[in-house]
Amino acid sequence: MNHKLEFVDVLAESHEYRPATDLKSFEYSHAAEITNVYPMTEHEHLYQLRIVDPEARSRFTFRPGQFVMLEVPGIGEAPFSISSSPSRHGDLDLCIRHVGTLTNFLARVGRGTRVGISGPFGTSFPVEKMYGQNILLIAGGLGIVPLRSPIMTVLENRSRYRKVDIIYGARSPAELLYTYEYEMWRKFDINLNIIVDHPDETWTGPSGLITTILDQRIATASEGFSGRTFAIVCGPPVMFKFVCQRLIDAGIPMQRIFVSLERRMHCGRGKCCRCNIGSTYTCLEGPVFDYWTVMNLKEAI
Amino acid sequence: MLFKILPKSELAGLFAALSENDIIGPVHKGDNRAGTPLFDFARVTDFDTLRLDFTSTVHSAKRFVLPYRETLSTFRITKDSWEKQVDFNIERPFVLFGLHACDINALNKLDKVLMGSVYPTPYYAAKRRNMFIIGIDCIPLSSCFCRSMGTDTALTGFDLFLTDLGERYFVEIRSAKAFQFLKGLSLSDPADSDHDLYLDKNTAMNAAFVAHVETSDLTKILDLEFESPVWKDWGARCLSCGTCANVCPTCYCYGVEETVALDLSSARKEKQLHSCNLVDFAEVAGGHNFRPESASRLKYRYYHKHRGFVEAFEESLCVGCGRCGRSCLAEINVPDVIASIRHEEMVSDR
Repeated sequence: MNHKLEFVDVLAESHEYRPATDLKSFEYSHAAEITNVYPMTEHEHLYQLRIVDPEARSRFTFRPGQFVMLEVPGIGEAPFSISSSPSRHGDLDLCIRHVGTLTNFLARVGRGTRVGISGPFGTSFPVEKMYGQNILLIAGGLGIVPLRSPIMTVLENRSRYRKVDIIYGARSPAELLYTYEYEMWRKFDINLNIIVDHPDETWTGPSGLITTILDQRIATASEGFSGRTFAIVCGPPVMFKFVCQRLIDAGIPMQRIFVSLERRMHCGRGKCCRCNIGSTYTCLEGPVFDYWTVMNLKEAI
Repeated sequence: MLFKILPKSELAGLFAALSENDIIGPVHKGDNRAGTPLFDFARVTDFDTLRLDFTSTVHSAKRFVLPYRETLSTFRITKDSWEKQVDFNIERPFVLFGLHACDINALNKLDKVLMGSVYPTPYYAAKRRNMFIIGIDCIPLSSCFCRSMGTDTALTGFDLFLTDLGERYFVEIRSAKAFQFLKGLSLSDPADSDHDLYLDKNTAMNAAFVAHVETSDLTKILDLEFESPVWKDWGARCLSCGTCANVCPTCYCYGVEETVALDLSSARKEKQLHSCNLVDFAEVAGGHNFRPESASRLKYRYYHKHRGFVEAFEESLCVGCGRCGRSCLAEINVPDVIASIRHEEMVSDR
């Protein structure tokens, strides 16, 4: 009688890359190359990355609001919102603030650096549902980064949306991101309002809190505005409460207010639990949540 | 499921036959200061050191499927590029000889999140699919509350389950593999008297439970009591040491670290089991910590186990093995915490 247990190889023989169901894809990452680095501010750079394999690059599809895990061997792996338009597939823009081990390493690398990209992960902004509707995009500080992908989508499909507003607040003019694109956004009939906390001598725009601009916008809104409007909000934790409360007071339904939340992530695949809000995985059920869901999550914002 | 009777004298034979594989089972490691024996799971080569009469092990058998530290991938680095190698860190199947129902259920629960949901993890699956599990009945300790959690009986997740009837084992045969392996041993069909003995054993087990957790409406009560001052009291006691997660058979949270060789020729990506009670668990780059106080971390541990997992899988992530409470230096245990949230009398006050 043979009592030797037979070894089971958990991997099936043939594989397509099926990220959500395939055992083999768990630790799989696309080789990607940094093709450009644009310094945007003292602490943030815009990185353009390209998935090296042309076929994988064109097959790489994502939705605005989703994120990728970027890894540099021996340095680390972390989640980053995709900042580019989905129409560019595996040619990705990532705007990265230099704040931790991995990101400070990235601050020092240049074109041609090979990194690993896995994903896309997480939920997204329902931009198709917003067809024919007004959109209010509200960003504080680095919160503009996950909003840039829906902004690009709106630009590419401008006629499909009614009034589009971007309300963007930053600490100081020097910390504003994507400054070189404001002209284009405005040319595409987007009402862009920027406000800073601490103006410098060159600043000619308004200064104060982002809610000042939002209050003005709501006050001047035409009748029926709230019933035809979607809002997308991203910013530091303190901003969410004040901004979302105003939107609700203005009559925008909670299910039409979307936020993108930031949490620590070590896997991006619903396993490490580091991003849990209560017991909700930000990486699976977020980072994009509607506000009703956020209200039901304990201590989400 | 098939039920058979196996004379106790035959078990050594089964052990010997299975010795072609690595066998992991409960062994006596020493005694604590009170003279209580301490057990742990370890590689067993000699049947006589296998202690199927063990009470509970200090650590669970989790580390054989979820090692505390595990390499996820290695990298070969060249001047312009790098290459990634992945190994699931298992070379041959192994036998777990002597798991209590709580620990079998713990693995079943881990399966749901680690294999049954999106992005199944191959490191876990590779080990899980290469296990042969022999369960064994037990008499609960005063700190055990598996009955409250519905995990005092294992219905699936084992190949064989033994219940000690004195001179014989009542054997539940769950897998074809197990049925094959038992061939050649002197098995018999259980007689009515064996059924009676089996039921007596169950009654004795049920009568031994002291600790109890009331789980009815617990998810809602946890929601209602989110702001309860009780959490602050527990937080003040908690040492944030992570021991509870360490000994827990179902805690699977982890962190990933990468290291690079001094000559820059290679790198390693490792995962290490973490604990949501440790201070840096929810800290993001830049220093913002979503759970800076020990009270909020302890609370989240309970939310994950008793609310979130229930929402996702319609069962709790806690199996009631009581290891966390027995190991906690601050004497925090699940029955007391849940009772305090429910405004009930705590077990330790009785």
